[in-house]
Amino acid sequence: MTAPATSDAELAPAPAAGADGGPRGTGSTATRALGAVVLAGAAALAGLGLFGTPEDVVQGALVRLLYIHPQAATTAYIGCFLTTVGSGVYLWRRSVWWDLVALASAEIGALFTALALITGSLWGRPAWGTYWVWDARLTSTAMLMLLLLGYLALRKLPGDTDVRARQAAVLGLLLLPNVILVRQSVVWWRTLHQLPTLDVTGTNISGLQLFTMMLGFAVFAVLFVWLLMHRFRVAWLERQRDEVLVDEAIRARVAEGSGR
Amino acid sequence: MFRDVALVAGKDLRIEWRSRVGINQIGPFAVLVLVLFAFALDPDRGVLAKATPGLYWIAVLLCGLLAIQRAFAVEVADGATDALRLSGIEPAALFLGKTLAVAAQLLVLAALLLVGVAVLYSATLGGWPLLMATVVSASVGIAGAGTLYGVLAAGLRVRETLLPLLLLPVLAPVLIGATRAFEAALAGTPADGWPWFGWLAVFAVIYLVAGAALFGPLLEEA
Repeated sequence: MTAPATSDAELAPAPAAGADGGPRGTGSTATRALGAVVLAGAAALAGLGLFGTPEDVVQGALVRLLYIHPQAATTAYIGCFLTTVGSGVYLWRRSVWWDLVALASAEIGALFTALALITGSLWGRPAWGTYWVWDARLTSTAMLMLLLLGYLALRKLPGDTDVRARQAAVLGLLLLPNVILVRQSVVWWRTLHQLPTLDVTGTNISGLQLFTMMLGFAVFAVLFVWLLMHRFRVAWLERQRDEVLVDEAIRARVAEGSGR
Repeated sequence: MFRDVALVAGKDLRIEWRSRVGINQIGPFAVLVLVLFAFALDPDRGVLAKATPGLYWIAVLLCGLLAIQRAFAVEVADGATDALRLSGIEPAALFLGKTLAVAAQLLVLAALLLVGVAVLYSATLGGWPLLMATVVSASVGIAGAGTLYGVLAAGLRVRETLLPLLLLPVLAPVLIGATRAFEAALAGTPADGWPWFGWLAVFAVIYLVAGAALFGPLLEEA
């Protein structure tokens, strides 16, 4: 592993030393503040979304999914985008920092993709009468999930860190182009056969409902950043453990053996 | 450059020809897949005839996967990848050569499967220009993406299980495009199919470029 540049350490854990000298956690003042914002925002979103906003004339209580579903999907695509950017920068500059950003955003992206798919099918069951339709948007999101699972499967494999990072970077770099290719082909395929399924955004929303929806986007964005920072720090510490601590342990054993 | 491409492709095809793995195993497997589809979808109910284009391309994908895994199993054994790197051939030429060899095998497989669906599924083949153009562009696309992901998985102990997971979602656009084009050709309305051929050609070009650019860093690990 190349020695991390000083700028690489920006998101690295604040050295709150534990008993053994290592950091005790991945929290820092900044992430605690972000976490508080997320909690407060989520509480406000739940309050407004579940109780504060009125039911829709057509969709009834179903409209409440509008406050979390598009937000989850958007965040998922942001995670996918960030993975591609991080992988590209890693291949170009070989910066460990960006490699870990790619890993962290892929994992969190997969989480939000799963959330989007689950909330989407929960909405689809009462609204369309079925959990799943082969709509362009649904199908391409499901394919995004599979592509992300493949990427994460590769990252989970043991082996040389540098080698794995380079392989993952190639996969990650192709992630967004693949999503675009899949999405485009699915769109053409479906529109040649049937009209696009009904448009959620066609629902007439305004006032408090619109505000709650926008609040949802903000809360999900902050949540994404918060999770990303923590996940990044965990990955960073794992890297440190693999690269540094093992070296130290080996040195200690060697010294022991030679009786020094 | 072109000489190197031909050299690598020639080497791979010679190995395949001499080992007879393609003829003795992958070819019969292709026929087996067609027979299994027939078992699953009772030939007398007419489902088979309607689904022929889709089943055909799924069979091509499954057999192509085997050919791609072969192409790298050959290299990983005995550390042949190191020899390839020492040969001084540019990674881009290596990629194009291996892609060409896989594409050539896919073309043979595709031809075999065409005979297979004509005989076993009584498919009436028609619209030959579109049919041929689709087979060629899809084969190059599958071979390009397959070679890139194949070298990525080649050095891993779990390559047999990982490659399908990585590669098949990526090839989804090829499956969609090639199936639609085939449907149009078989239905006698090739005008509907030509845009899909264009799509397959775009896919193939994207993966040839991406593979030529990214093969170098991946080869070091394989």
